[in-house]
Amino acid sequence: MSAALSRAMPAVASALFRYLPLVILLALWQAANTFHLVSTAVLPPLSAVLEQGCELVTSFDFWDHTASSLYRGGLGLLIAIVVGGALGIAMAWWRPIRYVSSPLVEIFYPLPKSALIPITALWLGFGDSSKVLLIFLGCMLPVTIGAFNGARGAEQTLIWSARSLGASRWRTLLDVVFPSALPELLNGIRTALALSFILLVSAEMIVARKGLGYLIGFLGDGGNYEGMFAVVLAIAVLGLLADRAYLAVSRRVLRWRE
Amino acid sequence: MARVEQGMVSVAAPAPAKRAAPQVPQFVRSLGWGLVSWAPVIVLLIVWEAVARSGLVTPFSLPSLSRIFMRMGSDLMSGDLPIAVGLTLWRALAGFIASAVVGIAIGLAMARSRFFMWFFDPIVSVGFPVPKIAFLPIFAMWFGFFDTSKIVMIAFNTIFPIITATAVGVAGVEKEIIWSARNLGTREREMLWEILLPAALPQIFTGLQVALPIALIVGILTEMAMGGYGIGGSMQTASRMADSLGVFAGIVEIAIVGYALVKLMAVLRRRLLMWHQEAQEPTTV
Repeated sequence: MSAALSRAMPAVASALFRYLPLVILLALWQAANTFHLVSTAVLPPLSAVLEQGCELVTSFDFWDHTASSLYRGGLGLLIAIVVGGALGIAMAWWRPIRYVSSPLVEIFYPLPKSALIPITALWLGFGDSSKVLLIFLGCMLPVTIGAFNGARGAEQTLIWSARSLGASRWRTLLDVVFPSALPELLNGIRTALALSFILLVSAEMIVARKGLGYLIGFLGDGGNYEGMFAVVLAIAVLGLLADRAYLAVSRRVLRWRE
Repeated sequence: MARVEQGMVSVAAPAPAKRAAPQVPQFVRSLGWGLVSWAPVIVLLIVWEAVARSGLVTPFSLPSLSRIFMRMGSDLMSGDLPIAVGLTLWRALAGFIASAVVGIAIGLAMARSRFFMWFFDPIVSVGFPVPKIAFLPIFAMWFGFFDTSKIVMIAFNTIFPIITATAVGVAGVEKEIIWSARNLGTREREMLWEILLPAALPQIFTGLQVALPIALIVGILTEMAMGGYGIGGSMQTASRMADSLGVFAGIVEIAIVGYALVKLMAVLRRRLLMWHQEAQEPTTV
């Protein structure tokens, strides 16, 4: 036990050293309030925000909003990954599909996706379905482009070998093209993940009656700035955790490459 | 479909087209090829117009393209369109340029100094994936509802890819180049402008190319959330008034602006990096 502890100590110390700048920033935040450098109306003290945060975390309301946000984001992203990934690989694998869809992708890729918010609201109203559609439309193309670039980069010799060993086109697609597309596909999904948070939170701030983005505006309008800061931090932590978890999973998925 | 298949053949092997009509001038052929490759977009636009006119959907949920263009024309005449596009562009570019200047400076400092690396690395690696748009109400509280808060928000969102790209690019500059420059008596300041920045320019530019679309996305979002003039603001107003024509006109405008900016960056890249070996390679989407 103590041996394990002493082995863990250097790792803890180095992590502490690495993240010390963040701790310094947080300490500066608290100090700014303690020494009355800023008014609490402009920047509520960190301690008060954390206190509000604890209160929030134990309330049912907060988890209700969180669940609704996660449901919208998760479902939209899932559809985007499935449809976008399939489209990207299909574009690399079948020429006719590439010729039909690549100009469309080129046209729609630079479209600032946030402009879709009023349109999805117009079509589907203020509820869940408009956010799911928004996230699906907004996150699909990065996945498509990742899958396309990855699948196009599949080594031709590998494909030929598989085909000459008698693998069908489908088998080759599944066993050769898909695995070689995976690294870039996973990269595209990471972009989509970040984008899904941006679109979700902003759509909820602009047109929603539920969700974490809505909760920010609700608390802010009510003058509960500590609560508002706490929700903003909660969203930041959620986004960070999602990205870190995704990275860990994709590293595990790609372990066969080493 | 036939046209698309014809295009396929000519891209796979341009030779048959040549054999069929050897005396067709080059520019006619490239024009024809352009038409064929854009056929899916043209078909999509025609389908849009046809569906909107057929009565399958209400004009509210999908107005026809021709009416959208007419609306854009009248907005152009009244001066609303140039003002909205100009304001959105001004904020997006102001935030983008501010974050480019500061971001490249921080990235350089990180690559050149261990202290800056220690200080900024955790902040950037934690800050990059965080959905920074959630800070919008806080920024509105600090900087007001007008241009300042929007521009700061845009810069805050676009700075992270620029910092990372610059730090990685500068750190990756070949040691041999730096050593030879130093050997030849290059001073620190010259080193920066003559060696490090040009050598890292491809990566830095990639960072800028990632950041610019983010600037537009966030610019539109800030307008929608906080109001004010601009394309996002006018779309939000139109949406509240149930003026779907206004919403769709906004999306067509912003699509054109976004496409133009992305293309402009690609052209700029080719110009600036003409000396670089990447310019010799064929460009991809």
